[in-house]
Amino acid sequence: MTGDSLPAWASIIAAVLLVVGGLCTALGSLGLLRLPSFYARMHGPSMGNTLGLGCVLLASMLLASVTSGKAVVHEVLITVFVVTTSPITAMLLMQASVRRPKVPPAG
Amino acid sequence: MRDRKPWLLVVGLTLTWLLLAAQVSLTQLLLGMAVALLMVFRFRPVRPVQPRLRRPASAFRLLGRVTLDILRSNYNVARIVLGLTGGREIRPGFVDIPLKLRDPHGLATLSAIVTSTPGTVWANLSEDGSTLTLHVLDLTENQHWIDTIKQRYESLLMEIFE
Repeated sequence: MTGDSLPAWASIIAAVLLVVGGLCTALGSLGLLRLPSFYARMHGPSMGNTLGLGCVLLASMLLASVTSGKAVVHEVLITVFVVTTSPITAMLLMQASVRRPKVPPAG
Repeated sequence: MRDRKPWLLVVGLTLTWLLLAAQVSLTQLLLGMAVALLMVFRFRPVRPVQPRLRRPASAFRLLGRVTLDILRSNYNVARIVLGLTGGREIRPGFVDIPLKLRDPHGLATLSAIVTSTPGTVWANLSEDGSTLTLHVLDLTENQHWIDTIKQRYESLLMEIFE
């Protein structure tokens, strides 16, 4: 893909979307690192999973559509697959933790 | 139940095929339709519970609500991660929500919504399906979350699926 075939408005919107998406994902990962307990940490990465991923996919659709001159929308499928499959991992992790024998915290 | 034809699923799968092929041509349309029909009718025996969409139009209202809530909760969780809660300690905790929704497809959709919204995770559904346990990152008020799930999502899901 050559940069000069891209109109300015498209690159500006795509850049904003990518920065917002990147920030969301980074903040979600920071949450995974900083939040106090296992259950609280479950909430961090879902930021990157939803808004982060959504912004990146929108940027991808915009760039691909503008450069190819026709609507490219098959990124929508990624959203569909992620949204339908992520509850399974979330439930597995939660159940694993809920059913685990409770060990009194050290100290 | 038995004679309900899952045409919506055939249409959905054909659309998925066309999106994956990334081109709309007669060949792809026929190929996609053939695969969709084959899958739907061959796999019917292993999918005993067929969904019935009573009011598919409500799905768009639900989509709008969920999109709005995802944006809002992303903002809220971002503030918590950065510690911008005005010096207040967050209170992560579990909340029990009494459910009236029983349709498995409705429940699956609800689990996707809850998981996609940062700040809430599906923890457990009781054996009889009457109580949903969520884990909430900042549980200031139990009743607030019960109302959110029941009024914003459950009522619409019951309209769509039951």
